[in-house]
Amino acid sequence: MSRHDAIVIGCSAGGLTALQRLLPGLAPNLTAAVIVCCHTGSADVSLLVELLARVSALPVAEALERSHITPGMVHVAPTGYHLLIEEDHYFSLSVDEKVAWSRPSIDVLFQTAADAWRERLVAVLLTGANSDGARGLAAVRRAGGHAVVQDPEDAESDIMPRAGLEIAGADACLPLDAIAAHLNSLCLP
Amino acid sequence: MDVEDIEIQLFVRAMQLRHGHDFSDYAPASLKRRVLQLVQTHGTGTISELNRRVLHEEGFVGHVIQGLSVPVSEMFRDPQVFRALREKVLPVLASYPQINIWQAGCAQGQEVYSLAILLEEAGLYERSRIYATDFNDAALAAAGEGIYAARDARDWSRNYLEAGGTLSFSDYYSARYDFIKLDKRLRRNVTFFNHNLVTDVVFCEAHLILCRNVLIYFNNTLQDRTLGLFRDSLVRGGFLCLGTRENIDFSPAASGFTDVDHALRIYQVGGIGARPLTR
Repeated sequence: MSRHDAIVIGCSAGGLTALQRLLPGLAPNLTAAVIVCCHTGSADVSLLVELLARVSALPVAEALERSHITPGMVHVAPTGYHLLIEEDHYFSLSVDEKVAWSRPSIDVLFQTAADAWRERLVAVLLTGANSDGARGLAAVRRAGGHAVVQDPEDAESDIMPRAGLEIAGADACLPLDAIAAHLNSLCLP
Repeated sequence: MDVEDIEIQLFVRAMQLRHGHDFSDYAPASLKRRVLQLVQTHGTGTISELNRRVLHEEGFVGHVIQGLSVPVSEMFRDPQVFRALREKVLPVLASYPQINIWQAGCAQGQEVYSLAILLEEAGLYERSRIYATDFNDAALAAAGEGIYAARDARDWSRNYLEAGGTLSFSDYYSARYDFIKLDKRLRRNVTFFNHNLVTDVVFCEAHLILCRNVLIYFNNTLQDRTLGLFRDSLVRGGFLCLGTRENIDFSPAASGFTDVDHALRIYQVGGIGARPLTR
């Protein structure tokens, strides 16, 4: 039985490249669900899903409203909606106002995931050019979850990881290439 | 159980018993976010203090409803949906001598006016009646005014053209200072009124119902009830248009609908392949 049931990942500027380097390193037998919130300029998330699916060790799909969160699968937040986790581990969406100029917002995903999984959650904050995700990361830590922040020196854009470290701190601060192995060690039996 | 979760339950009970507003079948995660937002906006510190004001303070419930109802939308949001309405749905509606359209959860009215423009350009507006409903009176009042921030007009112009608009969006409004006011002629066949999807019933025989990004705030039970309400309101062959990321696959009431355009969430009641309706 793994110690963590879900991994939430947030990123913005430089996020696609970072995810393309991180996802191939995840163990194919990972049983945790992976949920990604990446700010993209495009109106449709399907291109992001396709690009990630090409390199990911795990299957990748858009997070579907009201659907159950599948273990061992990478779910990507749709564009234009906040992605929320219900306590019974289903996805829900909202079109509430943007948070930190973003929708989907990493804060919203992290805060609701923290409520749903408490100490069985890992949250990862990667490269990004705004401070979305920092308050969510603090909520994850308050609930007993494990927080990983990409080393700002290593990030394409350091604002997001720096804000995360400043506001929430982290249980691990690692260069991008070390993060997948760390997640595997947290989530594999 | 988390203290905040207890407080939320008390909040829901207070709204129900004191004011007759039932939020018990709202999707819990977004309801919690909105309640916590109210705590911040009104500086109450805790949900319990918010509850005290809900119970004791005259008029406070209006602010709460404002905070819990569907937020601001935009004109011609998801332009391809309006293009599909123009190309696939309006030609069918054109065969009816009188066209009834229900915009459920109209919020501040952006989609009502988008629809009115669509009907106007298709030459159908004279014989159309739009029933625009919401449970938030303040939003209904704003919708009736048709005044919006000028900074949005540029995006909306682009949306309008992408939706297949045949004129210029600026033909439909006058700009003054930082605001635009939509031509009040667009409102001549619109009736705005209060209707709550949680508690109210069928009120018209509709040929088209638009309800985009409202059901996402409901749990499965309330979603199913609402879809049943829509099915019972629509004439046979009538259309339903939901938000492009909404999922009705788990709703028994959805079996009455068939896809017109699945990707854009446009459905038809009693179309080919629909199971017989049990009413």
